[in-house]
Amino acid sequence: MTDATLTQTGREPRSAGALIGRRLLRWGLYALLCLFALYYLLPLFVMLTTSLKSLEEIRTGSLVALPREVTFDAWGKAWSGACTGIQCEGLRPFFWNSVMMAVPGVLLSTLIGALNGYIFAQWRFRGANLFFAFLLFGCFIPFQVVLLPMARMLGIFGLAGTIPGLIFVHTIYGLGFTTLFFRNYYVTIPHELVRAAKIDGAGFFRIFWSIFLPLSLPIAVVTIIWQFTQIWNDFLFGVSFSSAGSQPITVALNNIVNSTTGVKEYNVDMAAAIIAGLPTLFVYIVAGKYFIRGLTAGSVKG
Amino acid sequence: MTDWLSRHVPKIVLAPTFVAVLLFVYGFIAWTAWVSLTRSKLLPRYEIDGLIQYERLFASPRWDTALSNLFVFGALFIGISMILGLMLAIFLDQKIRIEGALRTIYLYPMALSMIVTGTAWKWILNPGLGIQAMVQGWGFESFTFDWLINPDMALYAIVMAAVWQASGFVMALFLAGLRSVDGEIIKAAQVDGIPTWRVYTAIIIPSMAPIFLSAFIVLAHLAIKSFDLVIALTGGGPGYATDLPATYMYAMAFSRGDLGQAASSAMIMMLVVFTIVVPYLYSELRAKND
Repeated sequence: MTDATLTQTGREPRSAGALIGRRLLRWGLYALLCLFALYYLLPLFVMLTTSLKSLEEIRTGSLVALPREVTFDAWGKAWSGACTGIQCEGLRPFFWNSVMMAVPGVLLSTLIGALNGYIFAQWRFRGANLFFAFLLFGCFIPFQVVLLPMARMLGIFGLAGTIPGLIFVHTIYGLGFTTLFFRNYYVTIPHELVRAAKIDGAGFFRIFWSIFLPLSLPIAVVTIIWQFTQIWNDFLFGVSFSSAGSQPITVALNNIVNSTTGVKEYNVDMAAAIIAGLPTLFVYIVAGKYFIRGLTAGSVKG
Repeated sequence: MTDWLSRHVPKIVLAPTFVAVLLFVYGFIAWTAWVSLTRSKLLPRYEIDGLIQYERLFASPRWDTALSNLFVFGALFIGISMILGLMLAIFLDQKIRIEGALRTIYLYPMALSMIVTGTAWKWILNPGLGIQAMVQGWGFESFTFDWLINPDMALYAIVMAAVWQASGFVMALFLAGLRSVDGEIIKAAQVDGIPTWRVYTAIIIPSMAPIFLSAFIVLAHLAIKSFDLVIALTGGGPGYATDLPATYMYAMAFSRGDLGQAASSAMIMMLVVFTIVVPYLYSELRAKND
């Protein structure tokens, strides 16, 4: 590689000393990059090893040591026995709460976002731009500013402390981003397509269903991953609008870690943290490309 | 009739979103703004009573700490993440063979919940069994690393965890930016014998100005909203040492029962976001329409 760049410059290859220097520089670069990889991996490594140790070993051993004796007790306890307050059922019920909250929340906000995006991109009307700007701005508000009235409204409609209430909140405040994603994607589809379909007698929904939806797989994947990560990882709405029975997993994890009763079980805490992080981590590893695309689209464009 | 309907279908489909945004974003902001001007305590009251809540807010030492924490935290978090992200992006851009794997490793923390991140770092930084104990165990008995329980340092522990979580994302943004710079210009510069570092400082980095802006906006936004990480890592403690506006607002709303203070602190948060985001959104949308 070094040789290639040298000849590319069209100049004479430098002396042997310079070549060795370049090679050393390259090794230094790799060493530095790997060092940073260690920095990012260390917390995950420590979490994993701690979760596989016994409490006794945690107290006597070093933070970064591998477990002398691997035990999955902490994982079992984190899943079905750890206390989140007075309840001691582990993370399991809260894991399913999160699933029941995230799946409808993701599907609803994605579907509505697709329709909205389709309109903003292809069925422009007067005032659409202004409305789009207002919608975009909604993505940026600090949610603290809607927390109080939302709590009251959910109370009035009997949705306070329920999973449907959380689904509703996540759908509403997810719409800005999902609309943005689909709009930016559909804008690249030529208007002539819609015009031609209209001449052939196809209506609004027909065009969406038979032309746009089949083209939407990539952006749908990006949106679904984005929304899933947002909703699964949310803490603020979860802690503000849920009650003991409907808490999402992030709230339960925080309760386990900060529960003050009994002995501090670090191995259980770590196992619980990994369980809570596993679904999004899994999505990231399987579909990392789309995950990154969502992140960059969500930031560069909006 | 059907003609009218078919002409207005797009607007009808968009109407629920329109109503929802109007009500749940702007209506709710208006509600909060209104309540911030009243003497609401446990329950909202609607008689306007001037700026009394804001006066209380800025007279409160706890809010003072929270606000200055936000600026210290924000500056360090944004600054370090940007520098680290840019550095990693430039290094990764040197035709590194294992780039894909490294990129995956640098970015994975962004997929995690801040609560998970906080839990992990709380364990690593706890003085009794974490890094401090480990280094002491190596024979450096006097080594101390007690940021998490030291009121003067706890905020920096939060910066550390936040940088760990977000810097990989900044790297990804910058890397995408580096890749979009015109390769011909770089090649031409190399033909002219300009050293690589000069190519970066004089050509590539200046051409990435919009990406710097995007990264700044995203990070600033994350910093202002930071709530989960503080709750998981320090709970705002020791004392109020790591309180941020977000945790202050939450405490007032849900444990102190002081709606007036919660509303006014939320409005100040909103104002901070406003001053950062609106000029950005404005320029973005205008550029698109042109």
